[in-house]
Amino acid sequence: MSTLLELKNVSKIYGDLHALDHVNMKVEKGEWLAIMGPSGSGKSTMMNIIGALDKASEGEILLDGEDIAKKSAKALTNIRRDKIGLIFQQFHLVSYLTAVENVMLAQYYHSVPDEKEALEALERVGLKDRARHYPSQLSGGEQQRVCVARALINYPEIILADEPTGNLDEANEEIVVELFRKLHEEGTTLVVVTHNPEVAEVAQRTIVLRNGKVDHESINPDFTGKIKHITLQ
Amino acid sequence: MNKRKMYIRMITASLLRRRSRMVIALLAIAIGATILSGLVTIYIDVPRQLRAQFRSYGANMLLAATERTFTKEDVDKALAVIPGEEIVGVAPYRYETVRINDRPILAAATDMEGAKASSPFWKVDGSWPASDEEVMVGKNVADTFRLFEGDRISVTYRPEDAGEEDLDNSVDLTVTGILDTGGKEEDYIYMTIAMMEELTGEDRGFNVCEMSIASEQSDLSGYADRISADSSVLDAKLVKRVTQSETTVLGKLQALVLLVTIIVMLLTMICVATTMTAVVTERRKEIGLRKALGASDRSIINEFMGEGLVLGAVGGLLGAVLGFWFAQAVSMNVFNSSISLMPWLLPATMVVSVLVTGIACLIPIRSATDVDPALVLKGE
Repeated sequence: MSTLLELKNVSKIYGDLHALDHVNMKVEKGEWLAIMGPSGSGKSTMMNIIGALDKASEGEILLDGEDIAKKSAKALTNIRRDKIGLIFQQFHLVSYLTAVENVMLAQYYHSVPDEKEALEALERVGLKDRARHYPSQLSGGEQQRVCVARALINYPEIILADEPTGNLDEANEEIVVELFRKLHEEGTTLVVVTHNPEVAEVAQRTIVLRNGKVDHESINPDFTGKIKHITLQ
Repeated sequence: MNKRKMYIRMITASLLRRRSRMVIALLAIAIGATILSGLVTIYIDVPRQLRAQFRSYGANMLLAATERTFTKEDVDKALAVIPGEEIVGVAPYRYETVRINDRPILAAATDMEGAKASSPFWKVDGSWPASDEEVMVGKNVADTFRLFEGDRISVTYRPEDAGEEDLDNSVDLTVTGILDTGGKEEDYIYMTIAMMEELTGEDRGFNVCEMSIASEQSDLSGYADRISADSSVLDAKLVKRVTQSETTVLGKLQALVLLVTIIVMLLTMICVATTMTAVVTERRKEIGLRKALGASDRSIINEFMGEGLVLGAVGGLLGAVLGFWFAQAVSMNVFNSSISLMPWLLPATMVVSVLVTGIACLIPIRSATDVDPALVLKGE
């Protein structure tokens, strides 16, 4: 496996606060990495920096060999559009667009909207029959699945999920993790920020942040990609 | 689906599925466009309306004879210079000194219908002469000879070439009305042209012709110049106290309407800008999401501007229709006459409305591009 993402001595400083403090980290292509840590440990800051939504104060961020740390806002926009798929805890679907239109929105900014392809993406997350529904007509789990379909529609090099199951019940949590497992099987690189140990445990590797630093990391020896506390149907 | 179709789909979805907010924005634009279009209609139509009103103040052009008199044909030739729809009234006058009870009195012969149209402010106690045997007398004349409606008077005329032994010409006429104008007209008696010819025994033409024309002063001056240039017997002049008053009042009224129009336009812009600012503020998360998905600043501007411009066009269309209705209501209530539809005002209102909305949207939309996706998507 080759390295897709590498952080070298990355810091994010707000005044006297070091939200990230000389973090070093690597993510291999096709890897499923979980990032854990208590509140204020720097998880979200790291997510924003990896996701090209924010800039690091110091250090290098190599994405597919290219240092994106010093890129302009416009260049970062292009990187988000072309290389990254984002999944949010609060879903962030456009309320006045249907499920399929929300998926096509990502295509619209990336290249050309293709309704057939967007419907196929929704079919992959089991929502083809809900394609014409608005977010307000979908359950939380369904909204998150639309969010997953939107994240994967442009075949990004890496999918970043920030607390993807934070607003879901156990049944929907299982469905979303199962989707991640399938994506991983297909070779997608996944970085999942979570405070939920059960979600982190299904990843291949887990990094734990504390006070802006990598506290420790662990590799899951029994990696199956399947969540343990629930029985998959 | 291509990008343009998706763009249109996003804009229409945003406008149609977020109705409550958009209806407020649309109302702001439509009301502004209505007043704007209505005021422009009034601005354009007011001169026409007021000119018609001003015609009640009497003739605004006089044709005088350069020599001694001019003929009916000379008047017709002069009228050919003026567009027919602008001619309100034409009254040629022939003046002679006649006698009543051996006292000299000025007699005016004219076309009664023409005089009625060109001098609508004349107040007649009784009625205008309807036949050649009838006469209208000025108030001063009536007072002098104690004449009343229905009285018979004998009017005599002595031709210039009459010999000492010749008798004066004489006609008996019935007084049908007493003319009260408060001016020199009260010193005259008024008879038909045919009766004057019978009394004097000759068709001597006219001394002066009063004309009431509903035109701008510049056009009137042009007509007067052409009539004077084209004819060797006519000298056309404007009645300046009338034409200048008209021009002054019209100018001030139009300036007032223009000022109100500009103020309304500015208020509309402020209103639209405020509404669009509210729209942008409540959609900060959506903007953040779009930016997170890779939307460029240009895309964000295009999308919000597209919504603004569609609102501007629809608001402009509504405004043009309602504006005509508004102007019509004002015209009917103030001038008691209808306004003619100006079809070009529909696209013009839409274009102005789109431009005003576009300008009003610039600042709030610009601020949309400053949204930091990392902050707003975290709910900060």
